[in-house]
Amino acid sequence: MEEPKKITNEAEAIQMLRQYNDDLLPRKFGIVGNTWTALLIIIFLTGVYCYTNQLRYGLSITGMRDFVFWGIYISNFVFFVAISLVGSLVTAVLYLLNIPWRAPLSRISEVIAVAAVIFAGLIIIVDMGRPERIVNMFLHGRIQSPIVWDVMVVTTYMTLSILLLYFPLLPGIAFCRDNLKGIPKWQKWMYNILSLGWKYSPEQYHIVKKAITILSVMIIPVALCIHTVTSWLFASTYRPGWDSTNFGAYFVSGAFVVGAGGVIAGMAVLRKFYPSYKTYLTDLHFDRMGKLLVLLTVVYAYFSINEYLIPAYKMKGEEAEHLHELFTGYYAPLFWSVQFFGMVLPIIVLLFKKGRKPIPMFIMAVLVVVGAWFKRYLIVIPTMSYLPIQEIPEAWKHYAPTFQEWAITLGSLAGALLIITFFVRFFPIISVWEVAEERGVSHETIYKHLNEGNEK
Amino acid sequence: MSQKTEENNEKKTREDNSRRDFLKLGVFAAGLTVAGAGLQKAFSEEKETGEKVKVLTTEGKVVEVDTAHIKKAEVCCVSPKESREGIPNKKWVMVIDLSRCKHALKCQHSCQKYHHLSGMNVWLKVFKMQESENTAPYWMPKPCMHCDRPPCVKVCPVSATYKRSDGIVLVDNERCVGCRFCMAACPYSTRSFNWEEPELLSETTGETYSPERGFPQKRGTVEKCDFCPDLLRQGKLPHCVAACPNGVFYMGDMTEDTVTNGDETLRFSQLMKDKSGYRLNDILGTHPSVYYLPPVNRLFPFKEPVAENSDKEKKAE
Repeated sequence: MEEPKKITNEAEAIQMLRQYNDDLLPRKFGIVGNTWTALLIIIFLTGVYCYTNQLRYGLSITGMRDFVFWGIYISNFVFFVAISLVGSLVTAVLYLLNIPWRAPLSRISEVIAVAAVIFAGLIIIVDMGRPERIVNMFLHGRIQSPIVWDVMVVTTYMTLSILLLYFPLLPGIAFCRDNLKGIPKWQKWMYNILSLGWKYSPEQYHIVKKAITILSVMIIPVALCIHTVTSWLFASTYRPGWDSTNFGAYFVSGAFVVGAGGVIAGMAVLRKFYPSYKTYLTDLHFDRMGKLLVLLTVVYAYFSINEYLIPAYKMKGEEAEHLHELFTGYYAPLFWSVQFFGMVLPIIVLLFKKGRKPIPMFIMAVLVVVGAWFKRYLIVIPTMSYLPIQEIPEAWKHYAPTFQEWAITLGSLAGALLIITFFVRFFPIISVWEVAEERGVSHETIYKHLNEGNEK
Repeated sequence: MSQKTEENNEKKTREDNSRRDFLKLGVFAAGLTVAGAGLQKAFSEEKETGEKVKVLTTEGKVVEVDTAHIKKAEVCCVSPKESREGIPNKKWVMVIDLSRCKHALKCQHSCQKYHHLSGMNVWLKVFKMQESENTAPYWMPKPCMHCDRPPCVKVCPVSATYKRSDGIVLVDNERCVGCRFCMAACPYSTRSFNWEEPELLSETTGETYSPERGFPQKRGTVEKCDFCPDLLRQGKLPHCVAACPNGVFYMGDMTEDTVTNGDETLRFSQLMKDKSGYRLNDILGTHPSVYYLPPVNRLFPFKEPVAENSDKEKKAE
């Protein structure tokens, strides 16, 4: 598959830019988009309602009790943190490596990252028994606690991700401000505020470019930290299944897999509902992302083997019990489904050229993402059931999330999707100037053209 | 019952640390609990109410007094801030003699009662232990280990759980944010969480909270065995030690190298030598303050309690 030709002719470039702008300006949702948004809002509000119940009655509305004291809130938190790593992967790593097809994907991945990291922060507050005391983290924070490290890296990563989404978006917001006709007042006002008085000057572009490069360099170590620290919340304990020195690498490698899966799914959905995006999210992009996903999944498989096979070779005490439960016991069906559908099958399918077409890619991406969610369930929950369990009510020995707990968790997922959905509705999800730049259009031409749009 | 007799009583117990006095105090406290209903009223109104309550004096006599004359016994008044300092020049240690335990559960009941714990949160559990198929089962009471290198304290993000100079690990439920990381970190699973509004909260409403006695409990916070520092401060033995009919528990001070179960007082180091004391999961490097004496030459044969507990099998460590 060939990469698209570079554009050298200025007239052709201007023509292309006009086309881009026509294609990529945000527009009103159709019936499908509106139904989707309404559905998400309903799920989100149900979650919010159940959370008010939790505030009223305490965490007793969940299925968690002593022994299994962390449940799907925590596994969902790990999932959010994991998928948020994709921002740094596509926007920063691929950008710094100068990968020639990354521009149309960068904003999709960055908005996924921002939405996920925001809800990672929220869901961890939902899990707290005393959310109103969160200020204690600042008043009495102890640097020895991995939770405090987590608070620090999550907020740092959130800040960097938002900036990395926002800076390249500035020209886009300004363009919406100047070119979107017949929009409500508040929307105009929003573009006005958010565009920070952008006037398409070469100096501004220069500053933005520089900022993107600096942020890209900064965000990579922070991204590695955020998920490594998240893994340390578990690895710093004595529990079988968590007490692993492999956990940091295992978590980070898994995070890149689910993140890449998320971007692929996003690409496929956008292509389906915005036919004009086919020019930008081409088969080439799917092909390349497919190959990348295979690479990431193979790395993940390597760390998974380390994580499970070496303890399984020794079969040490409680560790053995944990592994038996996973391999052949209570959790075996889920464990093997997740390994097969979330790891093995995507590797096999995506190795074939036909497998890297949008439709099979979409299916594989969804499997990867859903598999990743349940994988985190398996990382967090089973390990808590191998303790000396006596003198507790029978019901406390097995964890089953309650309806309200599911509602809150699904509400958080819906909330993250809502952020992405609203973003697509109001902002250009594909960055015009970055794509043009990638196609070889000179900066001067881009400034001139966008300015022309401004004067129009 | 006046404040004066209360003070006298305090003085006496401080002088004489025997178990009989503990029991007496228990009865005395029970008497106060019986009077509980009138207490709130007595605080606000000085005038005689005409309502009479029967209470037990320290001499063992039952007398009838007007509710207005009842003053609540101030057992402990150490603030959360003060409770971060240990009792000076002390280093508490507990010894649990497994050869004497017959699963009478008096320790547990006493602990539950005096800490006003609801049925679900049990600070002191008694496990049936069996190291392997071919070894004999035995009963093992398991309080908090009050580790000298406590993993729970290490991971707490807000220092709501802390280690004191006298070796005790406490939880301040007015600071705890309820993240439950300490529960994840504790390799002994001694910590409980208040998932719902504590059932017996009404018993302790109005009481001043002190981490040294652990009540009133609060929803959404973690709690655990605290070695009863409020009692230790008064020179008394913890509830479980005093309640055990078989002298399983010894409480003592490392700096004095003595431990006592109320009946006998022993040299801690000699006891460890003579009876090969050990600590639970010592291999983890947590340095617990609770020592066990192996279940040899037992006072009682191992007997399963009535059927209800038979399914609760303990997995050998």
